[in-house]
Amino acid sequence: MASTIISSSPVTNSDRSKRRKKKKSAAAAAAAQQFKQAEGSSSHARWRTESQQQIYSSKLIQALSQVQLNPSSPSAPCRGRAVREAADRALAVSARGRSRWSRAILTSRIKLKFRKQQRRHQIKQQQRIVSAAGGGGGGISRARKPRVSVLRLRGKSLPAVQRKVRLLGRLVPGCKKEPLPVILEEATDYIAALEMQVRAMTALADLLSGSNQASAGSSG
Amino acid sequence: MSSRRSRSRQSGSSRISEDQLLDLVTKLQQLLPELRNSRRADKQVPAAKVLQETCNYIRSLHREVDDLSERLSGLLETTDSAQAALIRSLLNYN
Repeated sequence: MASTIISSSPVTNSDRSKRRKKKKSAAAAAAAQQFKQAEGSSSHARWRTESQQQIYSSKLIQALSQVQLNPSSPSAPCRGRAVREAADRALAVSARGRSRWSRAILTSRIKLKFRKQQRRHQIKQQQRIVSAAGGGGGGISRARKPRVSVLRLRGKSLPAVQRKVRLLGRLVPGCKKEPLPVILEEATDYIAALEMQVRAMTALADLLSGSNQASAGSSG
Repeated sequence: MSSRRSRSRQSGSSRISEDQLLDLVTKLQQLLPELRNSRRADKQVPAAKVLQETCNYIRSLHREVDDLSERLSGLLETTDSAQAALIRSLLNYN
């Protein structure tokens, strides 16, 4: 596990230096400006910029070529899983460590062995927390308006909202124990990043299938 | 109604204001493709619905990424290294 991380980090470092040399300085400056503007407005607008997608695509290709070096190819689901993990790692690196989910993805590779032991404890703890919060808060809030609306979020003690927030926290990596506003913020950034990931991977798959067809047509 | 700001049931853990929460939920709502069209200023979507739609959307995005990974893994084994280098250069200079 550690060796894969060590081998991947020089790739990203050299990738970054290569990109700096290859990309024209004007384009890099424009991209930096775009980042600053996007950051000022909102974090998830950053994921929609063309330059961010290109950066992610080149990182993804680097990672994927590393994955391919395995000569003994396992069954298809294992390979797909490896591609998914490489894509997630590339996405987390593209986030530049600014969000919790990206840091969690990158550190989860190291913690993979310990996680299976930790997960049993965490599930028990979560159940305890949710039942305590639901029992304690539900009694107070039910005496007031029973209608669920956005205005009731401040209490955060409604069992339905609490359950949904916990669900959401489990879906977004690294947010299992965070409070509600943190989870919401991470979720907005994570959704925008996932959308970009889907766009980049779709474009890449189209490129590959197109080139495969072309080469098969020419050689066949 | 006036007790909205002065009251804080969970002291310490949730000092966030209601406006901030509302803002976050609205931002989330704007990202969701299904709720974006039906978003009106007077129509407030319940928070539970927004959260549920968020969970569903993230799950569907995960599924899409998984499918794309499968597709890419199948495509990659038939692509040789020369094509991979070509694609890399295409993406860098685009």
